[in-house]
Amino acid sequence: MEVLYELLFDYTLRTVAIGSALLGIVSGVLGSYVVLRRQSLLGDAMSHAALPGIAIAFLLSGSKNSVFLLIGAGLSGWFVTLLIFTVVKNSKIKFDSALAMGLSVFFGLGLVLLTIIQKMPDASQAGLDKFLFGQAAALTTEDIKIMGVMGGISIFLVFLFWKEFKISTFDPEFAASIGLKVKFLDIFITSLVVIAIVLGLQTVGVVLMSSMIVAPAVAARQWTDRLGLMMALSGFFGALAGVIGSLISSQISRMPTGPAIVVTISFIVLLSILFSPKHGIVVDLLKKRKNRDSMRLDAILEELFNLGEKHNDPCYPHSIKLLKIMYSNYTNFEKNLVKLKEKGLVAQIEGDKWALTDNGVIEVKKRGFE
Amino acid sequence: MSPHEIEIQIIAILVASSCALPGTFLLLRKMAMMTDAISHSILLGIVVAFFLIKDIASPLLILGAALSGVLTVFLVELLNKKRFVSKDASIGLVFPLLFSIGIILIGLFAWNIHLDIHAVLLGELAFAPFDRVYISGTDIGPKSMYVMGSILLLNIIFISLFYKELKITTFDKNLAAAFRFFPNMLNIALMTIVSITCVGAFDSVGSILVIALMIVPPCCAFMLTKSLSKMLFLSVLIGSVSSVAGFWVANLLNANIAGSMAVVSGVIFGVIFLMAPNNGLIAIKIKKIKQKWEFAENLLLVHLINHEGSAEYEDESKIEHLYKHMLWTPDFASRVISTSKKKGNIEIVDKCLYLTDEGRSIATASF
Repeated sequence: MEVLYELLFDYTLRTVAIGSALLGIVSGVLGSYVVLRRQSLLGDAMSHAALPGIAIAFLLSGSKNSVFLLIGAGLSGWFVTLLIFTVVKNSKIKFDSALAMGLSVFFGLGLVLLTIIQKMPDASQAGLDKFLFGQAAALTTEDIKIMGVMGGISIFLVFLFWKEFKISTFDPEFAASIGLKVKFLDIFITSLVVIAIVLGLQTVGVVLMSSMIVAPAVAARQWTDRLGLMMALSGFFGALAGVIGSLISSQISRMPTGPAIVVTISFIVLLSILFSPKHGIVVDLLKKRKNRDSMRLDAILEELFNLGEKHNDPCYPHSIKLLKIMYSNYTNFEKNLVKLKEKGLVAQIEGDKWALTDNGVIEVKKRGFE
Repeated sequence: MSPHEIEIQIIAILVASSCALPGTFLLLRKMAMMTDAISHSILLGIVVAFFLIKDIASPLLILGAALSGVLTVFLVELLNKKRFVSKDASIGLVFPLLFSIGIILIGLFAWNIHLDIHAVLLGELAFAPFDRVYISGTDIGPKSMYVMGSILLLNIIFISLFYKELKITTFDKNLAAAFRFFPNMLNIALMTIVSITCVGAFDSVGSILVIALMIVPPCCAFMLTKSLSKMLFLSVLIGSVSSVAGFWVANLLNANIAGSMAVVSGVIFGVIFLMAPNNGLIAIKIKKIKQKWEFAENLLLVHLINHEGSAEYEDESKIEHLYKHMLWTPDFASRVISTSKKKGNIEIVDKCLYLTDEGRSIATASF
């Protein structure tokens, strides 16, 4: 209760929670496309590559105004992404190698620029820490407004170009054949993702941003095969993790917000992978078990039938001792016999003898054993 | 050069070489981003090992880090087995989680101890010479020189011992399995090597720029050669060059050394990407242009031979006719004609084109 009260009335916590929730929604929605396009690590590369942009924006504007810095971050993340695509298209370098290069080289450039800035007179570092690890606690109402507007615009664009994005994601050749500009759409989606990442830099930081893009979408993917639902769920999971993460970090001292959010969203992924009704591991296991059990029952029916055939009577009763010896390698043989008896397919005759019932014979024939 | 500067450069070369060797195999195995994952998640291993041993200088921390590197690979593969979680998504899920747990553990329990996340991420090569090794009181050099030297030695031994196995498992996993080369075991061994290298490089260049040293030089080498042994050699060479050059750039700008090493290696890649003799962007573009002209010239010869001796040859061989038939612009057509004429493949009589013997033989050949 107290936590809830704080969430509503404590300024810092409320700001952090709203900010993280917004970030979760935006990165969840856009992350769906990223994950479906198998570009999950692009977010990681972009967020690292944003660093030189932050430094250059600071050098040019001389101010720590976060709008300037974020524009710089976005531009450089965007530029590096295009560079990565260019390298992949024009050489035999694979996408993941190009990502690794773009990520590390431009992060290095950012680092060089930031160390130069640090050593300049009258310029303390341009909030290096803030962007590396995020500083959710430092979010202001102003930041929230920016996040809301930018996030709102990008989600609006996702809806506006719903059909185009969807087709170009799932079937780029078809999209090209009906005259969509696939290349342009690719760059468009990438640009929207850059926006999500830039919004996240302040909250969870460079290193953990990739998780915010990938995790909600992967979790949502487990629950549904429909794109719209996946995006909605993904946004919801992102927001949920944002709020829970900020609550956790507010309750435990020295618990950083970004990592708390990442651990929460990872937990949601784990739960989804385990328990989703469609593809969850638990459901799969239960299904497997059910199949196995019914196959065991079928096998017993078939064996009883074959055994009976040798006596020219499928319903010939066999003594349990004999059956137990013959089928000693069957798991839970007696238990399964009882199960079959409950289904009325097998009957217990003269105390220790077992035989197929008429229904049992019908069942065997129905399944094509003979 | 001061002795410190020389030492820093030696360490830089050692780091770059030990990174480039396993990096080459990672690149060829399409596991480049695994370095990203490993280099981040070893933080967790170091932190956990630190809690168990309570000594920040203990070499056992390297063991912890190596284990967490292997754990990362294991988790990524495990997740990847699940439907709807692709490999890149599982990498993107696993390492931020492990890294986050590492940061949380440091924040909660080790915040007053020198386990600076900053240093882990960024590294500072400039401080490497200050941590020195003494044997019975005599100074025998900086500690990281010995650490990185041993790691480089380990990498060289590993790669030379298992060169054949690494090569086959990299290029043909199924063949390797058929030969009983245990591709999975070798993969784990390689990942352990990568993790150990990351930990060693960590101190000096930080976890993100390790990626640059592991991946960028092999990418450069990949553009230049098709032979594995040459690629290993070139990677080490390019890595070393960029580390030394990076050091001097950093010196000049008074900036972070590891960062400028990464930038220099990136610049080297950029140059190779543009100028590589066979695979470079410029070479490919030139090749394409050349092919376009050669194709047009051949097309002209074939067109002429196709109609040679027929009644409508006079019409077909008119220069104006080419504009319509081939959809060539007058400019383009006249260029094709003049080069063909220069080569002695055709003659022009009365605005009509005629094949020479040479042109005829070329046309028949390409028919």
